[in-house]
Amino acid sequence: MPNLKDLKNRISSVQSTRKITSAMKMVAASKLRRAQDQAEASGPYAERMGRMLSSLAANVQDSGNGPKLMTGTGADKVHLLVVISSDRGLCGAFNGSIVREAKRQITRLQSEGKTVKLLTVGRKGRDQLKREFASLIVESYEDVGRRRLGFSDADMVATKVLAMFDAGEFDVCSVIFNKFKSAISQIVTVQQLIPFAVATEATEAAGADAKAMYEFEPDEEQILAELLPRNLSIQIYRALLESAASEQGARMTAMDNATRNAGDMINKLTITYNRTRQAYITKELIEIISGAEAL
Amino acid sequence: MADKVEFELVSPEKLLKSQPVDMVVVPGSEGDFGVLAGHSPMISTVRPGVIDVYEGDRVVDRVFVAGGFAEVTEARCTVLAEEAVALTDLDRAAVEKQIKDLSEDLDDSKSDAERAVAEAKLAVARAKLDALSQSSAH
Repeated sequence: MPNLKDLKNRISSVQSTRKITSAMKMVAASKLRRAQDQAEASGPYAERMGRMLSSLAANVQDSGNGPKLMTGTGADKVHLLVVISSDRGLCGAFNGSIVREAKRQITRLQSEGKTVKLLTVGRKGRDQLKREFASLIVESYEDVGRRRLGFSDADMVATKVLAMFDAGEFDVCSVIFNKFKSAISQIVTVQQLIPFAVATEATEAAGADAKAMYEFEPDEEQILAELLPRNLSIQIYRALLESAASEQGARMTAMDNATRNAGDMINKLTITYNRTRQAYITKELIEIISGAEAL
Repeated sequence: MADKVEFELVSPEKLLKSQPVDMVVVPGSEGDFGVLAGHSPMISTVRPGVIDVYEGDRVVDRVFVAGGFAEVTEARCTVLAEEAVALTDLDRAAVEKQIKDLSEDLDDSKSDAERAVAEAKLAVARAKLDALSQSSAH
């Protein structure tokens, strides 16, 4: 028969676990709200940047000598993958799915005979990828936006990527991150950053007018040369924000489940505890009665 | 109103301003330019400097931007700023200290890349100081 004291200890330990998970859930919920607000706030800038880019691209494409960030290096040999994960665990499948997608991409690219380099953001992704692909990791960042994710964090990553690109260390750059759909579902997204694909449908629609309309000061190429690196930072910033919101969403869901499981477990343990207690009492009664009968 | 221009100031982190104004003067990289309603469409880079917002003949708002881009259409003027601070929020002593620190950084910088970063920051800080001395001269 299980020991009553052990059961009691077990119940109280599960109870404190439940307290912790439900507190974590609430913290995640409030952080999620903040992350979502931030992601929304960055919308206008990205949207206007996109509009400018497409009207610029419409002009430059004709001249045929756009900057390398848009046209690419002409080669397709070395791929840089920017993998965005979280610094902390306890957020369900969040990091697992990112790492799985990263591994899938790596194997696919390698089987096509291409070289892969990795740049990781976040401790969890780095740790998991290090086991298999330690030699591929060129740079990793931790504690990005620990207090509050700022544009400067994204800029730091973008600067590194640009420096590598200028040094000719890779041809194609993609970012892998969790796109926030809802607190329950996050979509692993692979987005190509270099060469940058300008939204063509917008160009088609606005192209004819845009070309005739805008004056450029200084000329298109020069503006584009300044705009594209900035755009890279913006895209990375957006990815970081999406990932941050997804992380909190995933954590909220995971902690909600954990809290519910702990509740179930407490119920079960309490029933066992009560049954055992009753069994002890019954046993003692039987002992007393049979003792009295024997006399 | 037909004779107003919609002025938008956007930083990567949020939409800072969106309001109809009579005129804005933007520090373009090839020289300052004023935007009134009906301006011909253009796209320009912006150097670190001060954006003046006019309401009638008066300057109602002065905002320092650390470079960026401006898109002008007939009805709208959008400035994508890398960093934007209201001029009244700038602190002269802090800026002077920043310039001093950055000059030291520049002297300490080893690689070309480090040097370029420090120089860019220094240029922004100097532009801030210029903006401040101009406004106090008014």
